[in-house]
Amino acid sequence: MKRDAIVIRVEDNVATAIRNLEAGHEAAVGIGEEVTRLKLRQSIDYGHKMALNDIARGEKILKYAAVIGQATQAIKAGEHVHVHNVESLRGRGDLD
Amino acid sequence: MDFMGFKRANGKVGTRNYVGVLSTVVCANEVARAIADGVQGAVAFTHQQGCCQTPPDLKRVTDTLAGLGNNANLASVLLVSLGCEGTDVKAVAERIQATGKKVETLIIQEEGGAARTRAKGVLLAQQLAVEASALKREPCSSKNIVLGLKCGSSDTSSGLASNPALGVAVERFVSQNAVAIMGEVTEFIGAEHLLAAQAKDKTTGRKIIELVERMENRVKAMGVDMRGGQPTPGNIQGGLTTIEEKSLGAIAKVGSAVVQDVYEYGEVPRVKGLVVMDSPGREPEILTGLAAAGANVIVFTTGRGAPQGFPFVPVIKVTGNMHTWEHLNDHMDLSVHGVMTGDESLDKAGARICDQVLATASGEGTKAEISGYVQAMDIYVTGPVI
Repeated sequence: MKRDAIVIRVEDNVATAIRNLEAGHEAAVGIGEEVTRLKLRQSIDYGHKMALNDIARGEKILKYAAVIGQATQAIKAGEHVHVHNVESLRGRGDLD
Repeated sequence: MDFMGFKRANGKVGTRNYVGVLSTVVCANEVARAIADGVQGAVAFTHQQGCCQTPPDLKRVTDTLAGLGNNANLASVLLVSLGCEGTDVKAVAERIQATGKKVETLIIQEEGGAARTRAKGVLLAQQLAVEASALKREPCSSKNIVLGLKCGSSDTSSGLASNPALGVAVERFVSQNAVAIMGEVTEFIGAEHLLAAQAKDKTTGRKIIELVERMENRVKAMGVDMRGGQPTPGNIQGGLTTIEEKSLGAIAKVGSAVVQDVYEYGEVPRVKGLVVMDSPGREPEILTGLAAAGANVIVFTTGRGAPQGFPFVPVIKVTGNMHTWEHLNDHMDLSVHGVMTGDESLDKAGARICDQVLATASGEGTKAEISGYVQAMDIYVTGPVI
């Protein structure tokens, strides 16, 4: 089946769009050989990420089964996950 | 998983069978190049180093040349020296000879100039090429693969398709007791703690962190900030949110393989499995470093399309970008864009990379070799020219 987004590892809580996707679209999200459906709350551009499930503020964002940052606000499944709602945990001189 | 390779006297296996004409100093490049150009089966290694440098860098040049000469893809070696350089030419010759390989040395100032050295060198290299041509490929187990890893001219598809697919291939090769070498230390930044967590023990993990700190400190000593603008505005526009995510896309090319040890630039790994080697990411320096460390095949993932190859180690180009596969097809060996479109799983793409590595190791030509785009070479030095 044609996929709209892919998940790198099963542990991940985000998927990456492999085409430009419209808000409201029922995205086909591939995890290995499996495909699941995810209703998009926002439009997601090629290369950008979407939440696979509801993510609480302060929760870790997982891609490659590794932490790529932390949610700065609650993120709902199908929402765009990017610099507006995720912060890096590395090189943070302001936190030291 | 087997391939057909050239078994050398020291037990290493070559995937190619060249006479290597190695220039020992920047000033001997022209002669080394002319000799190799005059002999079928000979290749030249030239570079910009070997004199008027700090002692650590001169040692680096000597070590790297010895490593290149020892690469199993060379059947024999002809060293071309000017005669007054800082490179320890005698040590290079001795260290190559110690592996049971035939080495000849020509010194331009002793031979009486470039023309005489060239003429003598062509005749010598022809003789070496005749001897090399008599060697036959034999069945070899895949544990003899020494896989160099590199990504360049990356884009969104690199972190999603080609690098993770290569990661699957690396996991398979190391499970067969082969060696895989990753460099590009600058690209660990932001994910070094994760790569360190993939190390076999805490000491090895600490070595990875120290390599990154050393690389960062070299940049800091220049009074500039490398980290400030990461990820770049272009990366953010492309969907990369944090430096962790960007670096993870790069280190995805080793999958979940365990890092067994950490080595200096061009140092030959003394263990099997995945190892990390100190190296910058720029093509001439890392391809040379991988070759000096003994890589007999290199897999190079690319998004936008990087054409570079190396004179005597085949460099396989893998892309996850369908446009690059079609538009730059004369430089690309393998496409894994099916991972992007959902037509192929990472496991299957990784298995195809494994197959291609073994086919290339057995003699199938890469696009870089066929097109002659194989001159990305130089030795990585860290000090000034003085």
